[in-house]
Amino acid sequence: MNSLAPLPRAVADAAPEVLGVSGLGKSFVLHLRGGMELPVVSGAAFSVRAGTCVALGGPSGAGKSSILKMVFGNYRIDRGHILIRDGDETVDMATASPRRILRLRRERIGYVSQFLRVIPRLSTLDVVSEPLRLDGVPAPEALRRAQDLLARLNLPERLWDLPPATFSGGEQQRVNIARGFIAPRALLLLDEPTASLDARNSAAVIDLINARKAEGTAMLGIFHDEAVRAAVADAVVDVTRFGDAA
Amino acid sequence: MNPASGQDAPLLVAQGLTRLYGTRIGCADVELEVYPGEILAVVGESGSGKSTLLSLLSTELAPSSGRISYRGTDGVMRDLAAFTEAERRLLLRTQWGFVRQNPEQGLRMAVSAGGNVGERLMAVGRRHYGDIRSEATDWLGRVEIAADRIDDDPRSFSGGMRQRLQIARNLVTRPRLVFMDEPTGGLDVSVQARLLDLIRSLVSDLGAAVIIVTHDLAVARLLSHRIMVMRHGSVIEHGLTDQVLDDPAHPYTQLLVASVLAA
Repeated sequence: MNSLAPLPRAVADAAPEVLGVSGLGKSFVLHLRGGMELPVVSGAAFSVRAGTCVALGGPSGAGKSSILKMVFGNYRIDRGHILIRDGDETVDMATASPRRILRLRRERIGYVSQFLRVIPRLSTLDVVSEPLRLDGVPAPEALRRAQDLLARLNLPERLWDLPPATFSGGEQQRVNIARGFIAPRALLLLDEPTASLDARNSAAVIDLINARKAEGTAMLGIFHDEAVRAAVADAVVDVTRFGDAA
Repeated sequence: MNPASGQDAPLLVAQGLTRLYGTRIGCADVELEVYPGEILAVVGESGSGKSTLLSLLSTELAPSSGRISYRGTDGVMRDLAAFTEAERRLLLRTQWGFVRQNPEQGLRMAVSAGGNVGERLMAVGRRHYGDIRSEATDWLGRVEIAADRIDDDPRSFSGGMRQRLQIARNLVTRPRLVFMDEPTGGLDVSVQARLLDLIRSLVSDLGAAVIIVTHDLAVARLLSHRIMVMRHGSVIEHGLTDQVLDDPAHPYTQLLVASVLAA
């Protein structure tokens, strides 16, 4: 076991704010359904400090994934602000240009989505090591670290040279986690990182998350598994508070 | 800091770009910028004006109004209309590339594979036969064409091989800007995947800017950083590729995205 205890409250409170969300509102307008408006969130507000993990809580459909996608810039923001710290600057995802968002994603934000979407022919090792190589880490070193991470996540070595398209759900999820965790990032977004994993592999992911927190990474995640949530989250933000009624 | 310091200056800028065919609109009032190292996808259905736009940007077609500026290797932004015909042709043979949907239009079909690649090197002033041949061989390898096919002419190649040869011919001079018109159109799906993988890695190795026209949203998603959606000659939506495809705002983009068959 190398899982680390969460930072003492006093230390966490003094850590810099990496993510600040305020007055966040979004709805989808479905033009193919006569312009029907589908509210997603309204008035969401919370923050995440370096070295802490905030879990988004609430039932399915409450807007947890949508909030995560807005933080990553994958969904548009209708109202409010999502401020992300980038060194000495603060970037508002609500108004940042596409090129600014791409740079933030390249340098500051990691995202472990539920589904793996990659170029068809790339091997698992290439998929996992790519973020590090893009950071300028030499290929042999990037590959070695990808191997370490895949081993830590118990992905059988015989799969490493194969493209992940044909892997099982749990195997693909671990490839996705390895890709999201391999490079140092100030903010990590985790969308159900253990959803299709058994207890042993969930434990490996919990260890990874806690190790990364100890290094100062801020995390925002969705964890349906109560035990996983309890093991990693310092705070839970109840998303139902931000529903349309708010 | 980003080592490539020129990354924050656009390479190509179009302003108010319009082309009329008589009274019919080919493309209307298009604004765009493309930066070094980024892939911009232009999507839309047949007749949306995306191919007209590509012809205008590559100076094959003169605009009815509007202007296009290009940043030269000296860092100076110039109006392409001020370039002489000879200067524009030189650009297309050296600093620019153009990968066409139909490789027969982008290749010289009666010239050997090695000659097709070597010709572009000669256009940038290379004269040593041995060097040209060895670099051509290297590029055939990069696009996964066996070295022993170097003296064969592309008429004996399959469609996928021809397209890969066209890519080698265009990228061998390390162009700063590459135009691509439906580069995977008409190819088998397995061949497409291979080609996409190849385009992505070669372009990222070269740090080139790419403007790719495609009607295939999956191709745009896999390759591009930013996307522009065209309809009836106008750009109706643009932005980050994954944002436009996952959260489309315009009714027409919503229709396009909803119409894609999931495999």
